[in-house]
Amino acid sequence: MNELFEVTGQVLTVSVPAELDHHNAEKIRTGADQIIERRLISKLVFDFEKTNFMDSSGIGAIMGRYKNIRLMGGTVIAVNANQRVRKILTLSGIYKLIEIYDGLPHEKNHI
Amino acid sequence: MSNVNKMKIEFDSRSCNEGFARVAVAAFLTQLDPTLEEVSDVKTAVSEAVTNCIIHGYENEVHKIILECRIECNEIEIVIMDTGRGIENIEQAMEPLFTTKPELDRSGMGFAFMEAFMDQVKVTSKMGEGTSIYMKKIIGMDSTLTETGKEE
Repeated sequence: MNELFEVTGQVLTVSVPAELDHHNAEKIRTGADQIIERRLISKLVFDFEKTNFMDSSGIGAIMGRYKNIRLMGGTVIAVNANQRVRKILTLSGIYKLIEIYDGLPHEKNHI
Repeated sequence: MSNVNKMKIEFDSRSCNEGFARVAVAAFLTQLDPTLEEVSDVKTAVSEAVTNCIIHGYENEVHKIILECRIECNEIEIVIMDTGRGIENIEQAMEPLFTTKPELDRSGMGFAFMEAFMDQVKVTSKMGEGTSIYMKKIIGMDSTLTETGKEE
């Protein structure tokens, strides 16, 4: 579990697995929500570096976390999204709610 | 001489089989020499249909899902069937963002993705008897024409 989630200050980074479908989304959902409930998190980062497959269940998992963290005034971003992941994020319309980066955003280069 | 090639698999409606189902179809599809993009499109569509069987058709009970593929010339046809609950209102179910299970983080994008990534999607369903999804994709088409999503 530890390798999926990393907390640095108020930033929770989720290392999305190679395939984000309904099966894998459950782990992210429960794990991330536990951390968001217990600790003060203001920014949730979905890191897609390892991800080469995602379907609408992945979108649902991101949307659900977005709703939870927005309630506390936090933000969600997606980093290291490859072309396929970007396509799914774009088609779903979720890009209107979260910022998507091909690599890492400039201010976060220290990771 | 007929160039038709068919396969059929039956598996339990467990979420760990979602990956199995889409990889099995992707492997069968390789004989049409698809692009990586086309393989990803088909895998996503299969994943959506199988996930629907598990979550909506069987509501997480373990029963059987049947997956059939048929290849002819440069076309793949895929049928994914369950004998579960059935869909009350197919038109509504296919609307983007519509879901009967928002509490489970369902995005309501499953059918929209199937339609975006396949050339044809047909749904037949009967309450209490099950649902069958038929999808077709032509492999080797210029994908740039349809890249932005739905044609219609």
